[in-house]
Amino acid sequence: MTPRVRGIPAETVSPARGQPVVLGPPGPEPEARGRFGEFGGRYVPETLIPALMDLEGAFRQAWSSDSFRGEFAALLTSYAGRPTPVTECHRLSERLGLRVLLKREDLTHTGSHKINNVLGQALLTRDMGKTAVIAETGAGQHGVATATAAALFGLRCKVFMGAVDVDRQARNVFRMRLLGAEVVPVQAGSATLKDAINEALRDWVATVEDTHYCIGSVVGPHPYPWMVREFQRVVGDEARAQCREILGGADPEYVVACVGGGSNAMGTFAGFLDTDARLVGVEAGGDGLESGRHGASIARGVPGVLHGARSYYLQDEHGQILEAHSISAGLDYPGTGPEHAALAAAGRATYAHATDTQALEGFKLLSATEGIVPALEPAHALGWLAAEAGRAVPAGSTVLVTLSGRGDKDASQVAELLGEPLE
Amino acid sequence: MNLEAHLRTRREAGQKLLVPYVTGGLGSAWLDVVRAVADAGADAIEIGIPFSDPVMDGRIIQEASRRAIEIGATPANIINDLAKVDIAVPLVVMTYYNPVQHFGHRRFAASLTASGIDGAIIPDLPLDELTGSLASNGGEPSWADAADEAGVETVLLAAPTTPDARLAAICARSRGFVYGVSLLGVTGERDKLSGGALEMGRRLKAATDKPVLLGVGLSTPEHAVEATSVADGVIIGSVLVRRLLEGGGPEQAGALVAAFRQGLDG
Repeated sequence: MTPRVRGIPAETVSPARGQPVVLGPPGPEPEARGRFGEFGGRYVPETLIPALMDLEGAFRQAWSSDSFRGEFAALLTSYAGRPTPVTECHRLSERLGLRVLLKREDLTHTGSHKINNVLGQALLTRDMGKTAVIAETGAGQHGVATATAAALFGLRCKVFMGAVDVDRQARNVFRMRLLGAEVVPVQAGSATLKDAINEALRDWVATVEDTHYCIGSVVGPHPYPWMVREFQRVVGDEARAQCREILGGADPEYVVACVGGGSNAMGTFAGFLDTDARLVGVEAGGDGLESGRHGASIARGVPGVLHGARSYYLQDEHGQILEAHSISAGLDYPGTGPEHAALAAAGRATYAHATDTQALEGFKLLSATEGIVPALEPAHALGWLAAEAGRAVPAGSTVLVTLSGRGDKDASQVAELLGEPLE
Repeated sequence: MNLEAHLRTRREAGQKLLVPYVTGGLGSAWLDVVRAVADAGADAIEIGIPFSDPVMDGRIIQEASRRAIEIGATPANIINDLAKVDIAVPLVVMTYYNPVQHFGHRRFAASLTASGIDGAIIPDLPLDELTGSLASNGGEPSWADAADEAGVETVLLAAPTTPDARLAAICARSRGFVYGVSLLGVTGERDKLSGGALEMGRRLKAATDKPVLLGVGLSTPEHAVEATSVADGVIIGSVLVRRLLEGGGPEQAGALVAAFRQGLDG
C-alpha cells in the first residue's frame, strides 16, 4: 500500500514505487545493418567494426537472458532507486489548462535518466571481460552516471567533455573526479558534445581491446541506438502502467520529452509507440530557428552521417557539420538519434522546439508551481508545453512529460542568466 | 591512369611504394605541394578532402582540415583544382562519408573521374556499408556501385582488430591497393613503428596479391624501411602535413618525400 500523503491524492504516487522493477518485454530490433527505416547503420573506421559486432552479439544474448535482465532490474531497484513515480501536477495543470503528469527521472540516483543506460552497459562491460569504460558527456549527467557505474563495478573510467561544457558544468566535473574518473577537456571544434564524441571515438580506436565505449544516448553506430533505447525503455514502460493507473486505464493524449541525442525521449516513446498517444520530441530552439543558433536537427537538419549513424544533422551545403547552440549543454548537439529520424520521417512522432527563453520559462514555472526544479533539458519540454497549451495542445488534454533530470546542476548558470549570480 | 595497375607495375619493377598524403586546400600553394611531392618520387598521392569531424585523424590532420575549411576549401573546389595538376602518378582522395553522400554518390564519382582522380579512401565507410544503397537518394546506387561504374577505385582499410575471414573479404573488395592500418589508433606521428605493423603487413600479404600499403603512425624513413620488409609500401601523412602547418611549402614537402624515397630505395 502506498502511504497517503496529506494534501495529495494517493493515486498520484505510483503504486509501483517501493516495489522491485519488473522489466517489460524487449522491444523490436532494428532491421538489417542496424537500420531504422533508412536511418542508422554502422559508419565507423574498420578498427571498431569487430568490437561493435561483439557488442551487438553480447547485448542480444544478454537482453534475452533472464539472469542478465534480473540483475539489471535488481540494480535499477536497489541502486538507481526505481521505479520512479509519475506525479500529477495540480497547480501546473491549473495554470496551463491541461492535465499534466510528470515522469520523475529526476528522482533517480545521480539525478537523471542516464543512470538506467549506464547500469546496463556496465553489466555488459563486465560480461565482455573489459576493464575500462570511456564516455562522452555534454551537461555532465551521462559522465557522472558513467563514473558512478564505473565506481560501482570497479572499472577504470575516462570521460571526454567539451572545454566549454567543463566551464559551464563545473559541479559535475568535480563529481566525476570524486567518483574516480579522469575528465578530459576537449578543445577541438565547438568544444561541446559533438567534439567530445569525436574524441571518445578516437580514443576508442586506440583502446578498443580492453575498453568499452559507454555511449550516453540513442546515437552512434549500431547497436548503440537500439541498445540504449532498450536500457531506457523502462522509463516508458513504467510510465505507461502508471499513467493507466492514474487515468483510469487510459493513455495520455500527449507524451512529451526533450530531444538532444534523444535517449530519454526514445525510452519514453518506446512505452507508448503502440498506443494512440501523440509523441512530441522537443528540440533545442536556441536563439530561435531563424537565428541559425539552435540545436533543432530534425526541424532544420538534412540526412547525413556523423558519429557512425545516418540521421538528421545540421550541416552546410558542402556536408560540413555545423555547430549547435543551446542554453542546455545536454541538447547542444547538431544531430539526433536515427530512430527519432525514422519516427519523424514516418510521422509517428512530431518534433517541435523551445527557445532558450522558453526553456528558462519552463524552468521557473515548474519550480514555482510544483516545487520541482527541472534540469534545463526537460525545461525545454515544459517551456514548449507552456507556450502551446490551448494552442497546439488543446485545453483539457492529458499530457505526460518526462522530467529527465533535476536542475541542481543548472542552478548557478540559471542564476547568472536571471541576473542573480551566486558568486 | 589505373591505380592498381600503376602500383603493380612499380612493385614488379622492384620498387617499394611511397604514397604521401596532402591536405587539399591547405594554403594557396597546395597544388604546387602536390607537384613537388610527385617530383620527389611519390608512387601515388593521397589528397585529403577536409571534413569538420574527422574521427580517424589525430591532431595534425585535424588542424590542417580546420585551417583548410576556414580558408574556404570545399570538396568541389579541391576536386576541380586537381584537374589542373598534370603529374605522372595516380591521385586518390581521402575523405569522410558525409561529404560524399551529401554530394551524391554518382555525382561525386563522376567529378573525381572528370578531374582525373583514380581512387577514393573513405575510412568511415566500412565494407558492410560500402554496398548499401540509399533508397532516399532517388534510388542512388551504393558507393561501391557508383564508384565501380565511374572507374573510381575504392581502397578499403584493414585493421589489426579485423578477423581473418573479414580480412579476406576486405582484400577481395578493395580496389587499387589494400590500406593496412599499422596500429590501434588514429593518424599522427609516433616515435617507433608499432609492434603490430609487421603483423598487419604479413597477414595482408598472405591474404592478397593486391598491393599492400601500411599507413597511420609511420613517421620516419626508418619506419618506412622496416614496414616494407613485409609490405609493398607505406602511406605518410602527419609527418608531411606537420611541415606544411609549420609554414613549409613545396620545397620542404619535396625534400621530406625525397628523404623517404631515398630510404626506401636504399
